[in-house]
Amino acid sequence: MQEVKRETLISKAAALLADGTVTRVLGWKAGEFAYDVTPAVFRSAEELEKDFVFDDFCGANFSKYLIKETAKEDGKVLVFLKPCDTYSFNQLLTEHRFDREKVYAVGVPCNGMLDVNRIRTVADGIVAVREEGEEVLVDTLYDGTKTLKRAELLPDRCVHCKSKKHVAYDELLGEDGEVLDSARFDEVEKLEKMTPDERFAFWQKELSRCIRCNACRDVCPACTCEKCVFDNPNSGVENKAAANSFEEKMFHIIRAFHVVGRCTDCGECSRVCPQHIPLHLLNRKFIKDIDGFYGEYQAGAEVGSRAPIVNYTTEDIEPGEAVERGEGNA
Amino acid sequence: MRKLSLDRLDTLFAAIAAEHTLYLPVDGKAGARFEKWEDGKVLSDALNTVRSPKDFFFPQTDNLMDFKTEGKKIEIIDTREECEDFVIFGVRACDVRAFEVLDRVFLAEPADSYYENRRKHGILVSLACNKPLETCFCGTFGIDAAAPEGDIVCHKTADALYLDAETEKGEALLKALEAVTEEADAAPVEEQKAVIRERLAKLPLADLSADAFGAGKTDALFDAPEWAELAESCLGCGTCTFVCPTCQCYDIKDFNTGHGVKRFRCWDSCMYSDFTKMSAGQPRLTQKERFRQRFMHKLVYYPTNNDGLFSCVGCGRCVAKCPIHMNIVKVMKKLGGRANG
Repeated sequence: MQEVKRETLISKAAALLADGTVTRVLGWKAGEFAYDVTPAVFRSAEELEKDFVFDDFCGANFSKYLIKETAKEDGKVLVFLKPCDTYSFNQLLTEHRFDREKVYAVGVPCNGMLDVNRIRTVADGIVAVREEGEEVLVDTLYDGTKTLKRAELLPDRCVHCKSKKHVAYDELLGEDGEVLDSARFDEVEKLEKMTPDERFAFWQKELSRCIRCNACRDVCPACTCEKCVFDNPNSGVENKAAANSFEEKMFHIIRAFHVVGRCTDCGECSRVCPQHIPLHLLNRKFIKDIDGFYGEYQAGAEVGSRAPIVNYTTEDIEPGEAVERGEGNA
Repeated sequence: MRKLSLDRLDTLFAAIAAEHTLYLPVDGKAGARFEKWEDGKVLSDALNTVRSPKDFFFPQTDNLMDFKTEGKKIEIIDTREECEDFVIFGVRACDVRAFEVLDRVFLAEPADSYYENRRKHGILVSLACNKPLETCFCGTFGIDAAAPEGDIVCHKTADALYLDAETEKGEALLKALEAVTEEADAAPVEEQKAVIRERLAKLPLADLSADAFGAGKTDALFDAPEWAELAESCLGCGTCTFVCPTCQCYDIKDFNTGHGVKRFRCWDSCMYSDFTKMSAGQPRLTQKERFRQRFMHKLVYYPTNNDGLFSCVGCGRCVAKCPIHMNIVKVMKKLGGRANG
């Protein structure tokens, strides 16, 4: 359950619309079911009252939408940001991807968002979802009401939440949290301990399911190129499907390299993957390496910071040393 | 009609696999998917596979032909191979209907020989949906999940699997399975159908109507102001098209092998920015036009060109998989469909 209620967000948004601070609101819109929430733009208190939701299925990170939304028209847009969204927000500002003056950011605390796919593994035919304390009650079409543990329905990015602290906002609803000491690199360490063959087999198995829908790229707040190289017929690497079995690895590894030092570990890539590929692990490996080689660095923690990868200093690790330490890791 | 008890399913699969390659839905980490049956593989209870059985006939990538070059000489190599009969077991009613949609595209003159070859050799064994899901709406398009089409149609009751042949191909296969099945009375199947239909009527999307769509509705819907709002948060990814059992658009590309060319086709998506790119550019400039294309094609253009047949079958895959949960159900409701009264 979320600490701040839908009504609080609606009245905040309605007030900001009424006093002219913002002209529109980027929010979550209710769908047909409990879980199919869609990002949408609201322009009036009536629209908000009718369709705005804020609940455990509002996982979508709105930061990237601000690029398109702020370019569309004048006037400020109100955006609600969960702690992890604020890192993407800052990172996009660092990259000058939208005009900060055209955004009014309201921070919203987050208790972790539910993963509908995890619910589906234990409850088919989801009719309604409600919460009682640490339990989630799911009404199903054929098996009555199932009582599930909330902690077991969280996606990996929430289980290993890195921060409950908002690093950007104009206004905050509720109490701010702290940067957490998460175990988010445990899975990466497991992969590092594998032999190269085992690791290759792991990724081969995971990535072979890829259907090249590009959802990971399209949702990624770090993937904001005007024209992606993989969409450009003149690039020579544009492909809508794998030409051979190595192709998928190439796409995902190139993408992971491209967002190195800019990926905030928001986890949207893994959330949207229709084939449940743990793509965030590729990015986390890079983040872990950067932390190890150059000292801890969190992309988006502040606006204007230079990632170690693009910020040469004489203290930098020598490439050869990095390789050795990398091998020591493996 | 034939039947066998559910605890002997493996005997049935072994008997089919003895003659043909057999594929069936198997549970996996990312949901159910069609896998080649071998001893030990268990039929999934999942309603939908993540990817549809379309893949067997119209794979995501398909090598069409090879060119071998030597100086100024070009040799064209026909890569088509006569395939052997294969059986796909457990195809749902929606996915079976999807083949009618695909057939009208690929088998219309001039027939697509790649697809035609596989269709000729593929035997569809369908399975009625005992537990349709909240995302299902096949009934909207006149599909009965209690009575699927198919070469052989199966119904699962509490203790037995009933098999009935609907086509010549199906009859031949069922005859070959006489040793592992027994003659059966149709009454339990009728009972099962009644149970399923009762469940279908209670689904959350049971009342979704397609009345506002269909042949000849282009002018009424093309310029609807709602498209802008519906497409607003679309990411432009290809998830909906790639999990769709009826999406049939493809691109043809050449892969330079260094001393020749592999010409292959691969699925394309109208959601992509370079879809149907021509010398003048992409005719659909923004995501709004691309988004509109997909739904107008399913609900208006295709029926206009195909005797009113919709090219959505209500399988619900896009409803479950869209990263931002925008889907054909929301489009239909916004533009004139109606659900729950």
